[in-house]
Amino acid sequence: MNIMIVGVGGQGTLLASRILGNTVISEGYDVKVSEVHGMSQRGGSVVTYVKFGEKVYSPIIDKGEADIILAFEMLEAYRAMPYLKKGGKMIVNSQKIDPMPVITGAMNYPENILEKMEQKIDVISVDALKLAIEAGNMKAVNVVLIGLMAKNTNISYEKWIETIKTSVPEKFLDANLKAFDLGYNLK
Amino acid sequence: MKKLMLGNAAVARGAYEAGVSVVASYPGTPSTEITENIVKYDEIYAEWSPNEKVAAEVAIGASIAGARSMSCMKHVGLNVMADPVFTVSYTGVNGGLVFCVADDPGMHSSQNEQDSRHYAEASKIMMLEPSDSSECKEFTKLAYKLSEEYDTPVFLRLSTRVSHSQSLVEECERENVELKPYEKNIGKYVMMPGNAIKRHVDVENRIAALKEYAEISDINEIEDNNSKIGVITSGISYMYSKEALGDKVNYLKLGMVYPLPVKKIQEFAKNCDKVYVVEELDPVFEKHCKSIGVDVIGKDVFTLLGEYTPTMIKNAVLGETANECALIDETIPVRPPVMCAGCPHRGTFYVLKKLGLVVSGDIGCYTLGAVAPLQSVDTTICMGASVSAAHGMSKARGKEFNKKLVSVIGDSTFMHSGITGLVDIVYNKGNNTVIILDNSITGMTGHQDNPTTGYTIRGEETVQVNLVSLCKSIGVKNVVVADPFDVKNFEKVVKEEVEKDEPSVIIAQRPCALLKSVKYTGKCKINDNCKKCKMCLKLGCPAISFDGENIKIDKTQCNGCGLCFNVCPFGAMEKEE
Repeated sequence: MNIMIVGVGGQGTLLASRILGNTVISEGYDVKVSEVHGMSQRGGSVVTYVKFGEKVYSPIIDKGEADIILAFEMLEAYRAMPYLKKGGKMIVNSQKIDPMPVITGAMNYPENILEKMEQKIDVISVDALKLAIEAGNMKAVNVVLIGLMAKNTNISYEKWIETIKTSVPEKFLDANLKAFDLGYNLK
Repeated sequence: MKKLMLGNAAVARGAYEAGVSVVASYPGTPSTEITENIVKYDEIYAEWSPNEKVAAEVAIGASIAGARSMSCMKHVGLNVMADPVFTVSYTGVNGGLVFCVADDPGMHSSQNEQDSRHYAEASKIMMLEPSDSSECKEFTKLAYKLSEEYDTPVFLRLSTRVSHSQSLVEECERENVELKPYEKNIGKYVMMPGNAIKRHVDVENRIAALKEYAEISDINEIEDNNSKIGVITSGISYMYSKEALGDKVNYLKLGMVYPLPVKKIQEFAKNCDKVYVVEELDPVFEKHCKSIGVDVIGKDVFTLLGEYTPTMIKNAVLGETANECALIDETIPVRPPVMCAGCPHRGTFYVLKKLGLVVSGDIGCYTLGAVAPLQSVDTTICMGASVSAAHGMSKARGKEFNKKLVSVIGDSTFMHSGITGLVDIVYNKGNNTVIILDNSITGMTGHQDNPTTGYTIRGEETVQVNLVSLCKSIGVKNVVVADPFDVKNFEKVVKEEVEKDEPSVIIAQRPCALLKSVKYTGKCKINDNCKKCKMCLKLGCPAISFDGENIKIDKTQCNGCGLCFNVCPFGAMEKEE
């Protein structure tokens, strides 16, 4: 299974990929997680790949190969759309963050991204920021999205909770568990 | 149980298990996490050195003194440490010595995409290249064995996708390695001509012996799938090839990329109708194959640029086209990296842009001062070049040009290689203005301490280099400390210093906004005084934008630093209740 996590540097995509990676290894799969560090982390587009199965060779995902794309931001979801496999699922946070060309007025933020994507692919959209605030921590957007994605895999609820408990600092744990549930139980 | 581990963490684990006791490095993406993970092991002495040359020399000294030692750097760091490396090739080692060098094909976070394999041949030092985290650990351990057996330093070559991918690793116990006895050996360790002439013979003999090892060792592994197509590859390219071609081809996976085998390659090719060489960056294997009479297909079908993908390989070897996918029917805005909300450098570049100065830039987060809307930085070459290159610019274009010119360099980069440039300016009667962007940390690589922070790699307090005293002791009379967020004063200081006919240093002091000790409170908001003059947009703050009608602040991005208060002429910015 190929899962791509996309977002904007600073949104917590790295933690999401680690929770995902550690959950699937506890299921006995071979796993590879590819991360991005350094300059590209500074508020730029950030992409991580999580691949698992019997045997995984390449740590990266090519166009048309992702089973699930977990997008933390609308424009980044749109940018990643070509990577989705036919029949794959895009899970997208409805949050919008203006990139610099939009801030400087050189370009406009594309309109109606959700509708445009829905014409071509299977999209589940969620206001993860709202749910994260509801859970008590604005930064738990990543865990809300993990929750929503978890429901689309065949890994048990308990396994996910176990990994979150080991990946999140004690003082943020309650909010993160709540955030996971809000994502998991959506609709 | 197997653990999911970053390639870099696996190298650190390998060093631990191999009984390494001294590691010295300078941070550089994608190599940084090796040394950061070394710190997890109390048995190993670790340090951030001021630069890669110093780091390599610390490791070399530790090796001569009998310890297994390591130094880690990014590909361009290898340029900085090349001087000792070429000579330690002659002296050989006492305790095992490994240099980990991480290349960055695709330049995720680098200024060039040089191929470090050239260094192995040039310095006559053997080089191993792992392809996943498990091999990162195993090859590191093997590197120490070979280092001591063949009396040679060993390069471990990594690349971004190996360093920054996590895969499964089985942990083992640490080997108890005693310090080797230290014995004075002038012929081996004092490299003056009479001794070096003899050692060069040893170097050539060693390479001949390692060529034999390359023939017999299973680190260079043949996988025979009964195909008529062969693929010669290494590292991450092997993983891409396996994914793309599966068992449709035979493989020669080179775990040792210098020196390369001859007979093994010839034998492998003999049974194939066609042999492809799959290697990112330069045609190192390809040239070797052609030089030993093996006809291979390489850069005729594969690019010299950037990273490869399995799809690319599938297309080149099997003629299969890319997967079907949903395309985007419009041009969408790119999202380049930007300075974070609250970044202290933003104040500096806002002022430099306003004054229309030529900015000789350097390597760090502040390289982002070159992107819109600030677009303030004129040049970026390498660590330290901001200072010395500005001196050259002034000498070429004279006094008036110099009054429109400044250098910008971070605190860690100044320690790395800015000091010598400043000495040059003072010594050779330059009168440049150098701005040291002192944000109290090495930022871009993810917050490492350095000699100006007052803490070691393990967070222990230590002597803090005082930048003011340092610059004064070099002979710079004008040293001013200023807060870049106080834009009015900062502008005044810059104007004054560039006018002077003497060298000046401005220390722009404000800590990185991501440091835990930095606590800005509240979020900014815009009140009714806003005249939509868009002065605030000139800051290039990711939290401030204009939606066509109003200036707005994105609360998920804003950290309440308040820099925008200082540029708004109408007092339209305020803190939320």
